[in-house]
Amino acid sequence: MAVKEYIRERFFPHMWCPGCGHGIVLNGLVRAVEELAINKNELVIVSGIGCSSRISGYVDFHSLHTVHGRALAFATGVKLSKPKLNVIVPMGDGDALSIGGNHFIHAARRNINITALVMNNRTYGMTGGQYSPMSGVGVKATTAPYSTIDNAFDCVELARAAGASFVARTTVYHVNQLSELIKKAIVHDGFSVVEIFSQCPTYFGRKNKQGGAVDMLKIFKEKTVLIGSDKKKDNPALMERGIFVEKELPEYCKAYDEVIARARKA
Amino acid sequence: MSKKKLKDHLINRDWCKGCGICVAMCPKDVLVLDGDEKAMASHPEKCIACRQCEKMCPDLAIEVITEDAHGKEE
Amino acid sequence: MATTCFVQGNEACSLAAMYAGLDFFAGYPITPSTEIAETLSARLPEAGKKFIQMEDEIASMCAIIGASLTGSKVMTATSGPGFSLMQESLGYAVMAEIPCVIANVQRGGPSTGNPTHVSQGDVNQARWGTHGDHSIVTLTASNHQDVFNMTVEAFNIAETYRTPVILLFDEIVGHMREKLVIPEPGEIELVERLRTSVREGVNYHPYLPREDGRLPMSDFGGVHRYNVTGLYHDMWGFPTDKGELVDGLIHHLVKKIDYAADAIAHHVPYYLDDARTMLISYGSSARSALSVVEQLRRRGERIGLLELQTLWPFPVQLVRDYARDKEYVGVVEMNMGQLINSVKLAVDNPRRVYLINRVDGRLITDKDIKQTLRVIAGQGV
Repeated sequence: MAVKEYIRERFFPHMWCPGCGHGIVLNGLVRAVEELAINKNELVIVSGIGCSSRISGYVDFHSLHTVHGRALAFATGVKLSKPKLNVIVPMGDGDALSIGGNHFIHAARRNINITALVMNNRTYGMTGGQYSPMSGVGVKATTAPYSTIDNAFDCVELARAAGASFVARTTVYHVNQLSELIKKAIVHDGFSVVEIFSQCPTYFGRKNKQGGAVDMLKIFKEKTVLIGSDKKKDNPALMERGIFVEKELPEYCKAYDEVIARARKA
Repeated sequence: MSKKKLKDHLINRDWCKGCGICVAMCPKDVLVLDGDEKAMASHPEKCIACRQCEKMCPDLAIEVITEDAHGKEE
Repeated sequence: MATTCFVQGNEACSLAAMYAGLDFFAGYPITPSTEIAETLSARLPEAGKKFIQMEDEIASMCAIIGASLTGSKVMTATSGPGFSLMQESLGYAVMAEIPCVIANVQRGGPSTGNPTHVSQGDVNQARWGTHGDHSIVTLTASNHQDVFNMTVEAFNIAETYRTPVILLFDEIVGHMREKLVIPEPGEIELVERLRTSVREGVNYHPYLPREDGRLPMSDFGGVHRYNVTGLYHDMWGFPTDKGELVDGLIHHLVKKIDYAADAIAHHVPYYLDDARTMLISYGSSARSALSVVEQLRRRGERIGLLELQTLWPFPVQLVRDYARDKEYVGVVEMNMGQLINSVKLAVDNPRRVYLINRVDGRLITDKDIKQTLRVIAGQGV
C-alpha cells in the first residue's frame, strides 16, 4: 500500500478502539496526502489532546502533539514562521470547539493557510465518554446520566461566520468524499475546515444505544445527504455533506508579506 | 484504461482489530471475520476491486492488490 | 559607534531582543508590558521578521513554541494575568525543550490587582507556576543597560539549554525612561542554537542528550521528521511510560538547568568586601536598596548590596558565600516575602535573614528600607 510511506508503521496497530472512526480519518488523510504527492519534509501535523489528536504520532510528517485545545495556536506559529510548510491540524470536537473554540474562530478570522480537520464524534472519548459541545440535546454521557440539555454548535456555520474561506463536511462512511475534501482543503489557500462525523462505538454508541461501529456508520449514511439534494426538502433533519464555503480571500501569511513591504518603505 | 482485476487481499492480521466494518461494507460479501475475529477473504472470486474495504478500514489493515488485463500488478 | 538613546525599559527589552536576533513575536496587549509588543510590531517587519497579535496569552505562548520549532528565535511578553494563562504551555516548552523567551513585566496581584502599579509578586510563580517537576531560568534587571544585557542573555540561555527563559521585570523598570547605550553588533556574543549534523536518511534522535546535556535540534521543514509531545517521551520524541525512560527524562530536564546554576548566576555585588550587613535585592527595589547602601556608607556603616539578576535557578552557592561573614541579611522585595525563602535555605543562619518589603503598589523607598533596618538593629522605629 502506497499509504504506508506516509505512516509510522512501528506504532501499529494503533491505540484506537476497534471500529473507531478516527482510524478511517487517518486512512483518508494519508490517501489524500499520497494523491497530492506532498513532500513529507514540508508537511507538519499539529494536534492537541484527545483520541483524535493521537493521529499526529501515526503519520510520518513533522509532528507536533501539543496541549488540549491549542493546536491551532501552535500551528499559527509554525505556519507564519515558515509559510512554505503545509500545516494540517486534526482535532476532536471538544478539542476544537470547546477548550479550543477561541483559537478556532480566530484562526478562521485570520484566514491563515492551515487545514483544520474536526473529527466530530460528539464525545470526549479519551476521558471516558463525557458530553461535548457537539453532543447536542438529549444525549447520554458519563457526565449526563439524565441526558444533556446543552445545544450543540453547528461547526460549519461557526467556521463560515468566523471567516474560514473553505468549509466542508463529510462523514467517515463517505470515504471517497472524505479524501477528496481533505485534498481540496489542503490545496485551498486559506483557512480550511473539514468537519468529519466519526463514530465512537465505545462510549457515544454504547451510551446512546446506537449499536456498534457498523450500525453507527449506517446512521451517517441515513442521516446525511449531499448539499442540494431533494431529500433534504422532505426531511429537513438530514445533515448536508459537501463544500459549504470555497472562496478566495487574502491569506494571512501573504498579507503579512505586504506588512513587511510597507514597513521597509516607511 | 483497462479494468482492474483482483489479485489478492493483503490483510495485516496484527493490525486488524476485528471491528467488522469491512465485512459489513463489502458490496459483494467477499470478507468474513475468522475464528480469531480477524478479517479474511472467504470469497475472493466475487471481489470487484472497489477498495471500499481498504478505504474504510480504521486499522489500515487491508490492501487490495489488483492487476490489469496483462497481469501487471498495481 | 554605539547608539545612545533615552527609552523605557520595555523599549530597551525590545531593542535587545532585536539585537539578539529575534525572528518571531506573538503577544496580547496587557499593561504594563504592552510597549514591548508595540515596539516589536514596528521593528520586526522592518527586519523582514514576524509579529503577530494573538487572541490571548495562551495562544501567544503556543504560537512562539510552534515558531521556535521551525528554527526561529522567539519571544512573548505579558504581565501577571497573562503570565498565569501561559503556564500550561510554558510547561510544554519545558517538557519539549523549546527555546523561547517570556518577558513578564510584573504588576500588582493577585488577579487583576493593579495594572499600572509595581509589584514583584510573581517571583515564585516564575519558578513554580506550571505544574510538575521542572527547572526554569528567570532573569531580571534594575536598569535599562542591564535590561538590555539580560534580554540578550535570555536568548542565549534559551538557545544554549533549549529551555524557556523568563525575563521578570517590573512596572517601574518597564515604564521608567533612562539612558541606554545600544552596543555595536558583535559586542555582545550571540548564541545560535545547536543544530544536528546528522544527515538525511541517518537516524536522528531529537531527545537524546549529548554528553554535555545539549540536544542538537532539527528545524521543522528540514530532513528529519520527528515527534514533539508534552507527554513523557523517548529519545525519538514518542510517548512512553517506561519507568526508566521517564526517570531519565525528568532528571535530564531538572539537571540541565540546575547544573548550569553557577554558570548563569548573574549578579552585581556593591560594597560587599567589608560589609557586615548585606541587602539582597533585584529589579526596581534594588535601585532603592543601592541608594540606602550609598547613603549609609557615607555615614561609615559597613553595609553592601547583592543585586541578583538570575533569580532561578537560585544562585545558592553565591548567596551562601556572600552571606557567610555577615551579621545579618535584609532581603528587599516588593511582595510578602518570596525570594527570601530561597535566601533562608541557602545561608548558614536563616534566623539572621529579614524581609524588607512594601506591597502597596508603590516603589519601596530608601526611607522604607532604612526604617526596617533600624528595627532589625533594635534601634526602634
